[in-house]
Amino acid sequence: MPDGIIPILGLNIWETIYMTLASTLIAYAIGLPLGIILVITDKDGIQPRPVPNSIINVIVNIFRSIPFLILLIMLIPFTRAIMGKAYGSTATIVPLTIAAAPFIARMVESSIKEVDRGVIEAAQSMGATVKQIIFKVLIPEAKPSLIVGATISVTTVLGYSAMAGICGGGGLGAIAINYGYYRYQANVMIVTVILIVVLVQIFQAVGMHISRKGDKRL
Amino acid sequence: MSNPASTENKSIISIEHLVKTFETKNGPITALNDINLDIKEGEIFGIIGMSGAGKSTLVRCINLLEKPTEGKITFDGMDLVSLSDNDLNQARKSMGMIFQQFNLLMQRNALGNVLFPLEISSVPKDKAVEKAKELLKLVDLEDRMYSYPKQLSGGQKQRVAIARALATNPKVLLCDEATSALDPKTTRSILSLLKEINQKLGITIIVITHEMKVIEEICTRVAIIDESKIAEIGDVKDIFTHPKSPAANRLVYPEGEKIPENFDESTHYLRIIFDGRSSYEPILANMILDCNETVNIFYANSRNIDGNAVGEIVIQLPNDAQRAEKIKNYLEGKGINIEVFDNFTDREEGDINA
Repeated sequence: MPDGIIPILGLNIWETIYMTLASTLIAYAIGLPLGIILVITDKDGIQPRPVPNSIINVIVNIFRSIPFLILLIMLIPFTRAIMGKAYGSTATIVPLTIAAAPFIARMVESSIKEVDRGVIEAAQSMGATVKQIIFKVLIPEAKPSLIVGATISVTTVLGYSAMAGICGGGGLGAIAINYGYYRYQANVMIVTVILIVVLVQIFQAVGMHISRKGDKRL
Repeated sequence: MSNPASTENKSIISIEHLVKTFETKNGPITALNDINLDIKEGEIFGIIGMSGAGKSTLVRCINLLEKPTEGKITFDGMDLVSLSDNDLNQARKSMGMIFQQFNLLMQRNALGNVLFPLEISSVPKDKAVEKAKELLKLVDLEDRMYSYPKQLSGGQKQRVAIARALATNPKVLLCDEATSALDPKTTRSILSLLKEINQKLGITIIVITHEMKVIEEICTRVAIIDESKIAEIGDVKDIFTHPKSPAANRLVYPEGEKIPENFDESTHYLRIIFDGRSSYEPILANMILDCNETVNIFYANSRNIDGNAVGEIVIQLPNDAQRAEKIKNYLEGKGINIEVFDNFTDREEGDINA
């Protein structure tokens, strides 16, 4: 192992966590409303709106179908325009967010769709408005599933963040590529891979625990 | 409104020329065809029909969960179809609804479920909690208010649903197959709770069911819905004693007519109709003792509706005309509805000689 790698690894673990959580959080700010809109504007939803529904669907599908690495490169000018630079962990938040938001919209959509139609109908029969149904029925009832979705999203974004290392993204992925790929230091790469696996395990375990603990159906 | 009978003539819900069609890939399907109903304040009104007859669609049209294709629904003087979304939501707060699958919020406990309608009506928290607890007491679930639906039995879940439906002081309670997922014992306890609510709170109740038992147990009037139309409508007692339409006959005699296989052309039969007047008197036993005649019971179908015996017994009359006359006179003397006929299969067309 090269000298001084330990503090570098420490810094990059932090960068990875920072990129992952910040991007997931911002992506949720976009994906959560989109996912909910997709469900309620669906033809069987509580407020069918075919046109906005298909527009959102198409946009989500387009972004979902571009491989992350290509999206990352395509977005370099955009990232630079927003962040002033296209490298480093903070700048990487931009492509990560744009890649994660449509993914999250789909995760949210599937969670919200799990809410029993009958419960929604009961709320309607009690005179609940669309807004009340969203905030008092759909989100709380889907909460355990939404948390599972968030866990999957976080681990997916963590995987993307490692890929971002290939074009100066920072974090553990950058270490693995710079030391393992460019400098043939396989041992450093193995250590970073283990660290990434450990991080995924931690996120997964915490997410599942929170979801299960909060689920009153269990 | 302690006595629901006193307000019997005022209409609370009226349905006029209601038509509901669903668009499907194979063309439109008519679920309801020209339904006319008038539901009186304070009554327990039953709507019965086989699966697919359209009864669930009908109840869902009453609170506009299904939008009628044609027709008018008036609730408490309001023309529901013409209301704005906002006004409709307000009107719905005066119409509670309970469901076959209870439809409780799974992530809220019993108290939280009852609080839900109060929250969406912006009732202050402390008042709402007080009201919710009061309602859980009414449905006998005070001790389970912090239990989640998962921890409750079917009957308890339906009680929570009833408490929830009553939270906004509705005028009407719609019950869509509310006891169909429950065992017979629990069904009875839920039905008696509904009856109690009707009597104590004066709430009009509309019961949708496919079970005649449910209608017998609590309803005053019933509409029989068959093939998207109302086949028959009237007092429960009348429909049980004299079902007119084929649909009503199918429901009152679910196993079909029991026609004796080797019946004798020369034999006369007597049909004794129990219409509720003579419920607690052992009519047949007394007749046998008083006339000193043994009789052969050919067919019997009677049940207890609201404390009254309703149904019929068909007995074989003695061939001797004098002895037969004696039995007839005895029963007529007791003011019992009887009907004599020769052919057992005639009974559907037979007029009743009271």
